[in-house]
Amino acid sequence: MYRYDELDQALVDQRVAEFRDQVRRRLVGELTEDEFKLLRLLNGVYLQLHAYMLRVAIPYGTLSSEQLRMLGHVARRYDRGYGHFTTRQNIQFNWIKLEEMPDTLADLAKVGLHGMQTSGNCVRNITTDQWAGVAADEIEDPRIWAEVLRQHCTLHPEFTFLPRKFKIAISAAAHDRAAVKVHDIGLRLIRNGAGDVGFEVLVGGGLGRTPFIGKTIKPFLAKRDFLSYIEAILRVYNQYGRRDNIYKARIKILVHELGAEKFADEVEKEWNEIREGDLRLDPAVVEEVSARFVYPAYENLGDNPPELARARKEDRSFAAWLDNSVANHKQPGYAIVTLSLKPTGGPPGDATAQQMDAIAELADRYSFGEIRVGHEQNLVLPHVAQRDLPQLWQRLEALELATPNVGLVSDIIACPGLDYCSLANARSIPVAQELTQRFRDHALARTIGRLHINISGCINACGHHHVGHIGILGVEKNGEEFYQITLGGRADENAELGTLLGPAVRYGEVADVIEDVVAAYVELRERPEELFIDTVKRLGVEPFKERVYAAR
Amino acid sequence: MTSPHEQKKRRINGTVVVTANRLGDGAVVYRTMDDDWTTDIASAAVVAAPAAAALLQRAEADGIRAVGPYIAPVELAHDQRVLPGNLRERIRVAGPTFVLPGTGQECARYAEATLALPGAA
Repeated sequence: MYRYDELDQALVDQRVAEFRDQVRRRLVGELTEDEFKLLRLLNGVYLQLHAYMLRVAIPYGTLSSEQLRMLGHVARRYDRGYGHFTTRQNIQFNWIKLEEMPDTLADLAKVGLHGMQTSGNCVRNITTDQWAGVAADEIEDPRIWAEVLRQHCTLHPEFTFLPRKFKIAISAAAHDRAAVKVHDIGLRLIRNGAGDVGFEVLVGGGLGRTPFIGKTIKPFLAKRDFLSYIEAILRVYNQYGRRDNIYKARIKILVHELGAEKFADEVEKEWNEIREGDLRLDPAVVEEVSARFVYPAYENLGDNPPELARARKEDRSFAAWLDNSVANHKQPGYAIVTLSLKPTGGPPGDATAQQMDAIAELADRYSFGEIRVGHEQNLVLPHVAQRDLPQLWQRLEALELATPNVGLVSDIIACPGLDYCSLANARSIPVAQELTQRFRDHALARTIGRLHINISGCINACGHHHVGHIGILGVEKNGEEFYQITLGGRADENAELGTLLGPAVRYGEVADVIEDVVAAYVELRERPEELFIDTVKRLGVEPFKERVYAAR
Repeated sequence: MTSPHEQKKRRINGTVVVTANRLGDGAVVYRTMDDDWTTDIASAAVVAAPAAAALLQRAEADGIRAVGPYIAPVELAHDQRVLPGNLRERIRVAGPTFVLPGTGQECARYAEATLALPGAA
């Protein structure tokens, strides 16, 4: 966990007081909606179809049990008893009244939570690997760097009104769990030939209307240059980014139009002006931030204790969950446990207040009071002793949080879609719900293997449809919901954009089409171990297209 | 099922209402004939599209009680009840189209609204 200091707390408290006054002025008519909109968006407050929505940041996806309890309290006291974890390590509450927004934010501030950097044209909540600090394949904890950057940019005047929103993700493991290649800036902690740890810097990735995979503009950036180089990128963007056209305002368009090489040259020029100045990072500063991350006092335990081996042998359901939802921890005797928020028939990423309270209690008991939030809209208990796994599983089962579908076909990423969102053209959640019903046989899903379905209800792509192994995009045609299907996208270290399968299909046909695609894969794969994504890579979409459209 | 931004650009023919979100809590509201707001679509001012511009203009001038007014299509049922004219507006009237987490039941208003619409899912 990161322990905030007095400055952080003062900042959050001051912001609540300021926003309370702004809401008061709006409610009595002293501020127009145009004036107020800008201010509410500095605090994560949107107006959606039925109500205001509050988006709360969960910096680098790390929550304490105390914070999760507070989220449960907010859900219960100010909302309708649940919250929605998003694809960018935030949580959204869908029904909060503007009149009660200041009290909501004041309660959240008691545990250091806020809505800053979750909306508006600023540097958004910086995201990272939900397994940061515990992953066996990690070089070092990327959250330290996310926190250094957060402190630098939260109130940075130059970066509060950028041409458009700006998303940064950091990963430190060989396997990218943070989707860094589809962010405005993606940072990968790497070790160079000399053994030094630094960053590969990618820029211009993103989804939405015009998707791009990020380009590497700095193969190796020394740690001391971390802030100055990122500042240089943002300055070049701020100077040249298209403010005249919202559809061309993201940095990806600038990088695309200039070309990555030319863009890198511009950044280099800017960087050379500032790299030896105040932004050159003193290792003592990084050390200070690092020291505020508190790591658990792990016991000296061995892997695969007898309790675990026995439970695995005796209970097939437990064994299935263990194989699916539990990953290796860098500390012997411990495990990383993913809690699926994708129950059969449920809205992806939603958790009730009761579940949040219960997870907080389980975190206290089994995971040193810590919870993580992943961009796939699941939660993680990051430090569970392996001997406790059988007990934990029983508790999770009772809470409907042990669905053994992590990374499988029913572990669907979905945006809120037309059921909540004022930008959406079509529904996402009911499509996901129907698909989880179709693929509710988890044993069958295991034989299908890793398969990510991502659904967005509009071109803005909050559901990351471009990088789903199967992507589903809702569109409107003559007042009716239609869905475009893409195959072959992926968001990991080999990120690619999906290829369109064919003409869009009606709402009622989506689940049938996806079943056909999956059935075609099972027939087409060379061997059971060949993953869906690899079969599509090998064969292209044509064989799938033939199968799907021949029958229609 | 089109965003307000898109709806503003679109010419909507036929029978319409002016709708917005209530300032204090974001609830869906409709403009009435006496230039007030109501949460009940049945009490909304239902006008032919050409007359809607004036209704919208007056709604836009009311910047305190409601936010983001726009013209939305409606349909009249056989019994003359006013029904939202597209899926987006049906969802605004009735709520999300699935069981809300923790409630254990489908939004009753949604079931009613969809049943009332000829040919609705």
